[in-house]
Amino acid sequence: MQLSQIEKAILSGDAGTPGNTMAMEIVVAAARMLGADELVEIESSHIDGCLYHGDSGVLFCEKLANDGARVKVPTTTNVGALNLLKPDQCRLSPDEKKMAYRLMVAHETMGCAPSWTCTPYQAGARPKLGQQVAWGESNAVAFTNSVLGARTNRYGDFLDIACAISARAPYIGLHKPENRKAKLVIDVTGLNPILRKQDAFCPVLGSMIGRLVGDTVCVVRGMPPSATDDQLKAFCAGVASTGAVGLVHIAGVTPEAPDLATALGHVPAVKIIKVTHDMVIEARDRLSLASAGPIDSMALGSPHFSYDECQTFLKLAGDQSFVVPVYICMGRHTLEQLQLDGSDIQLVELGVELVIDTCVVVTPILPAGSGVMMTNSAKFAHYANSNTGHQPVFGTLSDCVVSAQAGHVIWDEEVWL
Amino acid sequence: MKWQADILIKGQTHGEVLRLDAPISFWGGISPRSSEVTLASHPQFGVKISHKILVIPEMIGSSSSSAVLLELIYKGIGPRGLILGAGDAILPIGVVIAQQMEWGSIPILKLPSAPFVSGDQLVLEESGQILKISH
Repeated sequence: MQLSQIEKAILSGDAGTPGNTMAMEIVVAAARMLGADELVEIESSHIDGCLYHGDSGVLFCEKLANDGARVKVPTTTNVGALNLLKPDQCRLSPDEKKMAYRLMVAHETMGCAPSWTCTPYQAGARPKLGQQVAWGESNAVAFTNSVLGARTNRYGDFLDIACAISARAPYIGLHKPENRKAKLVIDVTGLNPILRKQDAFCPVLGSMIGRLVGDTVCVVRGMPPSATDDQLKAFCAGVASTGAVGLVHIAGVTPEAPDLATALGHVPAVKIIKVTHDMVIEARDRLSLASAGPIDSMALGSPHFSYDECQTFLKLAGDQSFVVPVYICMGRHTLEQLQLDGSDIQLVELGVELVIDTCVVVTPILPAGSGVMMTNSAKFAHYANSNTGHQPVFGTLSDCVVSAQAGHVIWDEEVWL
Repeated sequence: MKWQADILIKGQTHGEVLRLDAPISFWGGISPRSSEVTLASHPQFGVKISHKILVIPEMIGSSSSSAVLLELIYKGIGPRGLILGAGDAILPIGVVIAQQMEWGSIPILKLPSAPFVSGDQLVLEESGQILKISH
């Protein structure tokens, strides 16, 4: 592998702190194992490793911090295991809470901006087209690659922080322009144009595409150019929870796909998959493990809810309260916006439990035991059962609101015609 | 019988094979507390991976899997070695960290279509050579 003078000096300990050397060793080890010939300089990072999985990760991050490692590029943090504004919200033991907190503190010590959100791209961290970055958290990776056109692979625990400290990443995969061209076309032009504009269509289509493409880059043809940031967010989260791919182009919407031919690199597609209405319904139904009937909770905000989504929720809810617990997960960037016009108080008065800095599928917040949890999120639907023991039921945001007011599943089938 | 594997993490060990017959993500698939396979739909559900030589023909890559492997090694209930069907950087990163923290290390080798089944006794050598002693 070819390393620059400064990279070699940090690696040998001649430059930087012991923490810098440790981080560079991790980046170089990963590069060797991935088969990279060199490292690439990165301009920002988003760290997934601040979620507590056990004491070992805490001790490692504290060692890095104590050994003088500091991030060299603007770096945001993903969710932690605690709502720092309301630590009693989660049911971890006091010891686990202490360790989860120490992990979050270690990341702040290393210079990360404490954003504690899985939507850093809605909290001001929006890398530019063509920028090299090292991001973790699968939905954020898919969003920054696809919607923003920045270049990252899927970085995970420890390698993400090591890249941020070293300002380097292994130069391989989606960092290289030649690997960013689509090979597959997912054609949705055969679907009802009204369905294609529905918010709830986006996570469903995303989860279907993740399963269809695995780790192959594809381009979607036939999405309306009006797709909003929140719709693209839900789409990317769907793709990332079922698939291994970190990049999906959308012709006429995303920056590397002004048209189909450009996204394909002017090479014919290996395969064109025509999405039928039946495939959409099948993908939608896969997101529900429980059938129609009573629900025990309703959860929104995976990825973290935006200010606009909260406003839509408030309009749909009116002044009718809920008969089951309702959770909305969000970052502080959204909470602060809500506080400006008092929307946060409106939500709390409706009985909504605001989950800040974390979310209900990564840490125990839902009542212990089992139950049925309604959601409009493909990602919650994918992880709810294995991570919480609760069975998901998927619906539109409007379905979720009326169902939580009624206490049982109410689906509006007209959306799916 | 001898096989030559590619070395992802260098080391030597010996022990009994546990083959994971379906793809798995360590995060959400293996308990960092007990080393048990916790994925209800997995053929090895309920089996502990502790002190085995794990043969994993196919991985699903949750990026938090490195944290789970690190935690197992830290607690002294990790596998003795890994034989992966394909290259992967996520699990080896967990071992690189364990080495840096001086919590120990395990060899990780890559051998596509590895023919080993649960119960086989293997020796993994530093050169990447795998010897089958018996079943």
